[in-house]
Amino acid sequence: MSSPGIGADQREGRKGGGASATLRKISDGAANVAIKEPGRFFALCLDTGRAAFRWPFQWREFIEQAWFIVSVTVVPTMLVAIPFGGILSLQVGGLIRQLGAQSYTGATAVVAIVREASPLVTSLLVAGAAGSAMCADIGSRKIREEIDAMEVLGINPLHRLVVPRTLACAFVALFLNGLVSVVGLIGGYVFNVMLQDGTPGAYLASFNAIAQLPDLLQAELKAFVFGITAGLVAAYKGLNAKGGPKGVGDAVNQTVVITFMLLFLENFILSTLYFQFVPQKGM
Amino acid sequence: MGVEIRVEGLTKAFGSQTIWQDVSLTLPAGEISVLLGPSGTGKSVFLKSLVGLLKPNRGHIWIGDRDLPYLPESQLYDTRKLFGVLFQDGALFGSMNIYDNVAFPLREHTKKGESEIKRIVMDKLELVGLLGAEGKLPGEISGGMKKRAGLARALVLDPEILLVDEPDSGLDPVRTAYLNQTIVDLNAEIGATFLIVTHDINTARTVPDNIGLLFRRELVMFGPREMLLSSEEPVVRQFLNARKVGPIGMSEEKDVSELEAEAKMGLEVGKLPPIPPQLMPSDGRVRPNQHAPGSWCAAHGVTPPPGSFIDDLGRNWVEEWPRYVASMAPVGGPAAAPGAPGGPGQFPGGQVPGQPPGRPGAGAGY
Repeated sequence: MSSPGIGADQREGRKGGGASATLRKISDGAANVAIKEPGRFFALCLDTGRAAFRWPFQWREFIEQAWFIVSVTVVPTMLVAIPFGGILSLQVGGLIRQLGAQSYTGATAVVAIVREASPLVTSLLVAGAAGSAMCADIGSRKIREEIDAMEVLGINPLHRLVVPRTLACAFVALFLNGLVSVVGLIGGYVFNVMLQDGTPGAYLASFNAIAQLPDLLQAELKAFVFGITAGLVAAYKGLNAKGGPKGVGDAVNQTVVITFMLLFLENFILSTLYFQFVPQKGM
Repeated sequence: MGVEIRVEGLTKAFGSQTIWQDVSLTLPAGEISVLLGPSGTGKSVFLKSLVGLLKPNRGHIWIGDRDLPYLPESQLYDTRKLFGVLFQDGALFGSMNIYDNVAFPLREHTKKGESEIKRIVMDKLELVGLLGAEGKLPGEISGGMKKRAGLARALVLDPEILLVDEPDSGLDPVRTAYLNQTIVDLNAEIGATFLIVTHDINTARTVPDNIGLLFRRELVMFGPREMLLSSEEPVVRQFLNARKVGPIGMSEEKDVSELEAEAKMGLEVGKLPPIPPQLMPSDGRVRPNQHAPGSWCAAHGVTPPPGSFIDDLGRNWVEEWPRYVASMAPVGGPAAAPGAPGGPGQFPGGQVPGQPPGRPGAGAGY
């Protein structure tokens, strides 16, 4: 049998509609949401994981996709990161000034931007821009029967399409995360120093007092996990798109919503684990 | 040269809706078979099941000693390399131009150099008449061209089995005739097993060696072309006559009252039209698996409808056939001279424009 994630509905002979009892429909729907969909998604993840280690790796597709994702995410990422850093400085800086601890504004930037904000901004961009574009691409291939044609030509679409896209997503997310950190910090610095009368020395000193390398590493790990998740969700929804162009639109919509929810959940889990396992620096 | 496909008791349902059940048939190796049926009877679903894109609920599809629906993934992908499939609208990869589309299977599955790939691709594009369009994207060409490009891509790995989903949908009658001729020529050349899913009666009457008819969730009949074309079965007769009178209704089947009303009005399923001679390869050669005209009828004591096997020129092919075969080198033998007269390939519905009919029995020149 071919990969379980693809057209699983069709192959297993299920189809929506029919005029059976409403109750059965509701229970079917609930079972679908609770068990079947996650199960199929998990199966697709496992198959993709297996396909990732199959030779030959699709380098060309990987590079093309990575470039594509960069092109749709870099500018929006920067444009989101600058005001994000600024607004953080404004909000927290105002509060901190009331407490008389204005010199610690740099420290808040570490906590807020490097640890949390940059992976989250990355995730929003990766899910919203890259994931939706990927899902639309794979979904339209699905409804044009290109995926079927590929399978018939003896080529595993997971290996050919999904693996390079997912890895490209994760690869680019790593760099996007770095970009958001840098741009966000610069934004925060500029706002703090120029608009809030903070001193450059205090900003940098307090930054160094609390920042440590694991902060960046955990953020990069998060970005990597987010990239993989966004890629897999987009692939799953795209490969199961049905019902013409509207089906693709629905799939893209669901991709963005599901990816956001998953990413915020993963962010919470990873942050919690980070605080459990990595000792924090005091001030 | 060609692989036999044996389908046993195949059943497919989507939820509670049964598409078809207990379909059993054998597609003989190297022969052309056509699967007919009214719209919505699951012809395309059947075709997709044959390549393992859809999993049947029950039954077996034997390709050699492999049971396709139950193969592990790696073997399934391996077995699929035997197949060439032409989807309804070609299913070309939208991001690649025609050349790259056709070259795709070669680049993925073979270690051939670019120069050899180019030779093969150009060869196949010439075969389907698309030379000069290789740089175009699928979005820039017409539906008929997409189909032909899809056919070129399906042929590029020299398949043992070729499945064609509605080659004639959305094509004009002339292009359909060309495509039908291409299919017959291809069969003569590569000897693969062909299955064509269609509801074009002209195609069904002139192209295949075997015909099957799906109706009411069942395979009504599957057998040699002459068996179906001389069948008294009402469904078969109605379908092949393209009439309203008969068991096939607008949505699916007619109910009893409708049929009774028809009977009261004295309406009957139309008389069987004559069986046309079969389309021949355009160089006039005889395909290795081609049945002699009238052979099935003679073997089963069936009288074909009057006027059967007579071509445009009034020749009776039952009588002409032995002389014609004797005058012909079979496929694989010495090739016909280029530009040789087209032989008996010109039949109602399957004319090859621009090719004057050859004189059967005149062996010289073949």
